[in-house]
Parts: sequence; C-alpha cells; structure tokens
Amino acid sequence: MWSFSNIANQLHYWLNDHFSPTLTLIIEMVLAGVAVIGLFAGLGLVLVIMERKVSAWIQLRLGPNRVGPKGMLQSLADTFKLLLKEGMTPSGADKIMFNVAPFIAMIVAMLLLAPIAFAKDFQLWDLNIGVLYVSAISSVSVISILMAGWSSNNKYSLMGAMRSGAQIVSYELSAGLSVLAVIVMTGSLQVSDIIHSQADGWWIFKGHIPMFIAFVTFIIAVTAETNRAPFDLAEAESELTAGFHTEYSGMKFALFFLAEYVNVFIVCALGATLFLGGWMPFHIGNWEGFNHVMDYIPSSVWFFGKTFFLIWLIMWFRWTFPRLRIDQLLNLEWKYLLPISMVNLLLVTLMAILKWHF
Amino acid sequence: MYRETEIVTDMGNDLVINVGPQHPATHGVLHLVITLNGETIKKVEPHLGYIHRSIEKMCESLTYRQFIYVTSRMDYLSAHINNHACALCIEKGLGLEIPPRAQAIRVLMDELTRIASHELWWGAMAMDLGAFTPFFHAFRERETITDIMEETCGARLTMNYMVPGGVMQDLHPSFQQKVKDFLVLYKRKIHEYDEMVTGNVIFQNRMKNVGYLSPEDAISYGVTGPSARGSGVKCDIRKLYPYEIYDKLQFDEVLETGGDSFARYMVRLREMNESIKIIEQLIDNIPEGDFQAKTKAVLKLPKGEFYTRVETARGELGVYIVSEGGTTPYRIKFRSPGFSNLSVLDHIARGSKLGDLVAMMGTLDLVIPDIDR
Amino acid sequence: MLPDELKNKITELLPSASFEEGANAASGWVTLNMEAGDWLAFATNLKRDPSLAFDYLFCLTCVDWKTHLTMVYNLDSTTYRHNLVVKIKLDRNKPEIESVSEIWRTAEFHEREVYEMFGVNFLNHPDLRLLILPDGWEGKNPLRKDFDDPVNMIKL
Repeated sequence: MWSFSNIANQLHYWLNDHFSPTLTLIIEMVLAGVAVIGLFAGLGLVLVIMERKVSAWIQLRLGPNRVGPKGMLQSLADTFKLLLKEGMTPSGADKIMFNVAPFIAMIVAMLLLAPIAFAKDFQLWDLNIGVLYVSAISSVSVISILMAGWSSNNKYSLMGAMRSGAQIVSYELSAGLSVLAVIVMTGSLQVSDIIHSQADGWWIFKGHIPMFIAFVTFIIAVTAETNRAPFDLAEAESELTAGFHTEYSGMKFALFFLAEYVNVFIVCALGATLFLGGWMPFHIGNWEGFNHVMDYIPSSVWFFGKTFFLIWLIMWFRWTFPRLRIDQLLNLEWKYLLPISMVNLLLVTLMAILKWHF
Repeated sequence: MYRETEIVTDMGNDLVINVGPQHPATHGVLHLVITLNGETIKKVEPHLGYIHRSIEKMCESLTYRQFIYVTSRMDYLSAHINNHACALCIEKGLGLEIPPRAQAIRVLMDELTRIASHELWWGAMAMDLGAFTPFFHAFRERETITDIMEETCGARLTMNYMVPGGVMQDLHPSFQQKVKDFLVLYKRKIHEYDEMVTGNVIFQNRMKNVGYLSPEDAISYGVTGPSARGSGVKCDIRKLYPYEIYDKLQFDEVLETGGDSFARYMVRLREMNESIKIIEQLIDNIPEGDFQAKTKAVLKLPKGEFYTRVETARGELGVYIVSEGGTTPYRIKFRSPGFSNLSVLDHIARGSKLGDLVAMMGTLDLVIPDIDR
Repeated sequence: MLPDELKNKITELLPSASFEEGANAASGWVTLNMEAGDWLAFATNLKRDPSLAFDYLFCLTCVDWKTHLTMVYNLDSTTYRHNLVVKIKLDRNKPEIESVSEIWRTAEFHEREVYEMFGVNFLNHPDLRLLILPDGWEGKNPLRKDFDDPVNMIKL
C-alpha cells in the first residue's frame, strides 16, 4: 500500500544497495534536513494563507484573492517580497544578538519537528524521551525572544520581551502538567508508545473528564506559549506596536513570523498526538465495519486532519477574543490553571493506579 | 519667550516611552509621553499639534458661507454635527427662522452621523483591545449609513450638507426607504455587538474598574458627552439646551453611574439605540416644505458675539463667533469636546497598567483632528 | 437663577462689575466685564458660593482687539443650569492674569492653548509650556491679529 513509511523504507533499501552504510546514513541525514527545511517553509506558507482565509471568513471578508487561484499563492508572493527587502539593523542595536535571534527561533522550531510522527511508522527520530525533548527544546524559544527584545535597543521591544518571558515561563508549567497527565496514563515518554496506547481509543475519550480538563488546559497553555491572541501581549499591536520584533524587517522578520506559525503547528501536532491519538484512526468499540472503513483512510490524513483542526481552533480564538492584560494573564495561570492542572494530575494518577480508564 | 518642554535626561527608575505620534492605538497623530514604572503608568503627558491646521485662524479670512466646510475636518466622524453647530451660530446671528423640513432633515442627519460615529468607535476600540473582528462587523452597518449620506449629500465622510438657513439640497427620493432598510438591518444585527464584545469575560475584565472618573472630576475637567455620562453627569446638550426640534422628540439621556471604562462603553452602545428611536420618530414625519430659508448671497453678521452649543458624538461642541459686522468672522473659537476629554487622560491613567491606557483612550473616544483643530 | 437675580448676586460679590447688554450678550447669557486683579478671588467665589455653583467652565478663550486682549470665560452650573460670561481686558503688551486651573481643572489645557496662541501669561499655572506649537517656536503668537505667515496663510 502507498504510504510514507513504505516510501521511506524503499528509499532506505535502495540507498543501502548502492552506497556504503556510512554514506547512506549521511545521505539520509541530508535528505531529512532538506525535508525539514522544506516542511518548515511549506508549513509557513500554508498556515499563513490559512490564517488569512480563516480570519477573512470570520470577518465577513474575502481575504487574499488576487495572486494565483483564489489567492492561494499570496503568501509565496509575500515571501519573495520579504526576501528582497533590506534587513535593517538599528544603529544602537547589539548587532550579533540582534542578527542571531531570528535564527535561534527558527532552529528551535526545526528541532521540534524531529520527534513528531507524521504518519504510521514515519518519524524522523523516535527517541525514548520524545515528549520531554519537545518541552525542553520549546523552552529555548523564549531565549530568542528575549535576545531580540534586549538587543533591539527599543523600549517597546524590551517591554514585549519581558512580557513574553514572564508569560512563556509561567505557562510552560501548566502545559507541562497537562502533558504529564497523558504520560502518567501511558507510562512512557516515547511518542510512538503514546500513539500505540491509543489504538483502542483516544485519550480524550478514554480518560474521562480529567483527561478532557488536561486537554483544555493544554490548548490554553500552548496558545499562550506560542504568543497567539488572546495571549499576544509580547507583540500587542495596540500597546507595544509590534513588541519584540518592532525593529526587525525583511527576512529576519519573516523568520520570526514563520517560526511562530511552525510553533503553532508543532504544539497542535503534539496535542493531536497526546490527546487525539496522533495518526490513529477513529475507532468505536467493536463496530467492526465502521472501524474497517476508518482504517482505509491513510494515517497521514488522520494526523494532519487532527492537527489542522486544532490549528483552526487556535485561529478561531485569535480572531474572536480581545487581548488580556499582563496581570490578568499571570493571574489566570498562577491562580487558576496551575492549581487546576495540579489537582487534575492527582486525579489522573489515581485513575491510572486504579485502572479506572477504559 | 516661551518656556520649552523640558527634555528628560535623568530617568532614574522610570521608563519614558513615546506613544505616538505614529502608534496603532492613537488612531492619528497624538503624541503621549508616558512615564512608566515597570508596567504601571506614573504620568501621561500629551504633546499636541501634529495636525494643527489653525482652523480658527483660517476661518478669520473665510466668509460665513465658506468656513462651515473647514469645520468638517475637525471631528471628521461627526462632520455633520460640526457643520450644524456653525450653521446654528450663523443663524443665531442673522436671526433666521429655519423651515421645519430643514430642521427635521438636520436632526435626522445628526443622529445618523452619531450612530455611524459610535459604530466606528466600537470597532476601533475593540481593535485596540486586540479583537480585530468587531471592526469589520461595525463597518457592515456603518457602510449602509455612509451609502445613505453619499446619495443625499454627495460625500461619505465630510458631507458639507448644512448651510446657513437649512440644508444644501433636498433629500434623495430613496432616502426614507434606505433609512428604513438600515433600521431593519440594525435591529437584526445589534445583538451581535453584545454577543461578540460586551458579554465577553476578557473584555469585561479589561474594562471594568479601569480608568475611574468621578462625576466631580468629569465636570471640573470639562469632560462631556458619553464619557461624562458614564460617570452619571447630565450633560446632553440636546436635553439641557435643546436646539432645532430636539425638545419635541422622545428620547432618553443615557446615564451610567459606574464611571469606569465599561460604563462609558455601555453609554455609547445604549446611545445608539436612542438615536434609532429619534430616527424612527422622524423618518415618516418629515414635514413638507422648503429645505432652506431664503438668505442673501453674501451673509453679514451684525456686530456682536454669538455662541452655540451642540452635542456631537463626542460631547459638547461650542462655536463662538465674534463679529465686527463684516463678511468674515473677526474671531472664531471652537470649543471641541476632544480637547477637554483628552485633558482628563493623565488624571485617570495614573496608577493603571499600560494595557489599560488603550482601554481608556478607546472609551474617551479621542479623534485627533478634533483635539488639534 | 434668573438673569436678574444673577446680576444682583454678582453685584453683591463684585461691586465693580459692569454688565454688557445687546449684541455682545446675544447668547442670552449674563455677560460681565471686570478687572484682571479681582479675577482669582471672584472665580473662587463663583465656584464655592452655594447659590451660584458655577462648577463647569465650558469655554475659555481670548480675543485680540488690536488695542487690548479680552479673556472670555464661559461658565455653566450643573446644579442650577445658569450661565455666565466673564470678560476681562488685558494689556496687549504685557498680558498677565491669574490662572484658574486650580478651580476648574479644564482650564489647565485651555490656558496653555491661550498662552501659546495669544501670549497671555497665566500666573501660578502648574505647567505653562507649549502644547500645540512645536518646541523651539520663535516668533509671534499665531492667533493675534498682527501675525503674518506669507507661506501658509490663506489670503482672499
């Protein structure tokens, strides 16, 4: 059957037949790197046009409709424009930090693509601490924002960076705790194990109400972590003009922009993997016929379908809610989300010990 | 000869930032120098003049018929009402009687302008708070009003429809039907405003207990219009000193007692409904007759001083004409609502967060050309 | 309070006040002329006196009469809804008057505007600086009649 894993395997065998094992490994690594860069760029383009179309749909507009069929090539055209623009560095800026910051944001987003399972048996790196790896690496992204804000020599940027620092550090806690809920259930940090544990039902269905609470907490926390509205205080347009990337232009700005969208994709993919079964098809108990039909849908379609559903959810938030204030933002985390997810984790642990889940 | 603005050299622990002259939240070229302690505002200092055109000086060399058009450029969102105020002041000087049809048309146009202005405010304020969608929903209704204006007046924003003695031309034949269509549309859609913004928990948290303005301060700072009525100050000129046919119309002066940003927000929302009430009373009862009183080609006001007060969408607009008996005013002064409303910003903003500043600026409904004139 | 009662009351407070009639009071408001020296004490009385209670200064401006300047204060009472116009003549070469921004806070901004547009010096004003004109403005006061700007002004 045609599938990503088959193609990957056949490529692997073909390379092994023709080259020495060392060379095969090097070629495969280069191919993986190219694939990640391609995916990074492709996802950026797709998500930008998707955001613009979704917002247009919510706002009674048409959205981009000039470049290409139904405006689908608009973001490609925008990318070309940004590539051709001059990347200015303000004279008072810390030049090295200022120029390195966007690349750190980009590298973090790319590294995070490694442990994501895009389809059945199709994963770049199925390391045994996959989920821990994601939460560890994603913390680095705050450093790029702080670097950008500090080195810009702009008060707006600095304030945006400080807000962002406070925000990401605090929301990582409840994001981590809600991820922990799934890990307690599964007993493994490996992404493939987590997905396989959901073969007979996704965690959001199997885990009763506590798992649903964990899912909601997770979505709120990752929206905040990726600096998306209603938690976009770091770049609050009407308060701080553009926050930490006020001074950036051209491709350096575009890298921040792309990294933001790829981060959204990654957290949604993680959400889909943890709570919605990753590439696992939707099965209902022992309805053999129904389950069989569901199995016919390719696993990559399942994965991307779930991920894009979550992305759409986050976009819907962005275009409907006003922005929170900084103290309200921190109140929400420390006074509500964190206690809730702590109690929730306790419940989940209890459930896991007593085997109350399905 | 002037005292200079002191340039801050020693900032100590404070962070001084410039909000404006180009800033997304000021909706114009307002320049606020804000002293911050962390995120907390210590002082707000407005620096004006970026679009000061000295309309008052300009008017001294324009004739009475001409200068009305310049005033559309003051508070461009209630251009009709500015024109109306000037026309009223000139008529007061001339002692002109206005035909009833012209009065009804003027009031109708004023109220349509008020709704259009409040709708734009609603969208823009929600946008300041980070919700972009309401802006487009507000424009859906506002667009129908500007279409009505375009048909009758020939322009969408600076209408220049009021002239001394009445209005420039008669209503477009489809005016009544179009306005009725608008009323239907408005009533069908107005609940969306509450669902989308007013009832939102985040929005209420951003607005409630933010920028409290006490009634005494509102009066002392000369705050007028919906901003003062949010503090419970009765200041609607249409009720207190009725002009045209406002004393014959049934409508309520909207008052809220909260004094915070949310109260000011609610006043404006409810005020739109009152304007709808006025339009409903008038739209089928526009008297027949002339739309303009007979006036001379060249107007000359008698020697003297004339002052009129009208209620614009932002508050009290005063027009003060000093005449020497010539064809041009000797001195003219516009008491614009925005100028006084801005002066209270420093008072209410101290001690609140930077994010609250946009909520306060939004609910004071500052229009910068109105402040700068 | 009716105009006549208002006049009597004001004459009690300030015997030197003279009232204007006719076209100069065309708005139907009681209009009085007074001296700059008495202004601060009189203004305090206007606000504090419970039967007057002029708590709302709705307009403050100045008129250049070429021979002298006239400050015009338009007052309203939110309690009784009676109005008063106070006019004060100032010396054109050295215009000085007490600031009333402590009594009516709105005067702070309006006085700053008059200060730069007419050059009236408000004594004891808390923050008398340029508000509208650009920093470093040199030259005459724009709204005075002898101001001339050959580039930007309309001539008909």
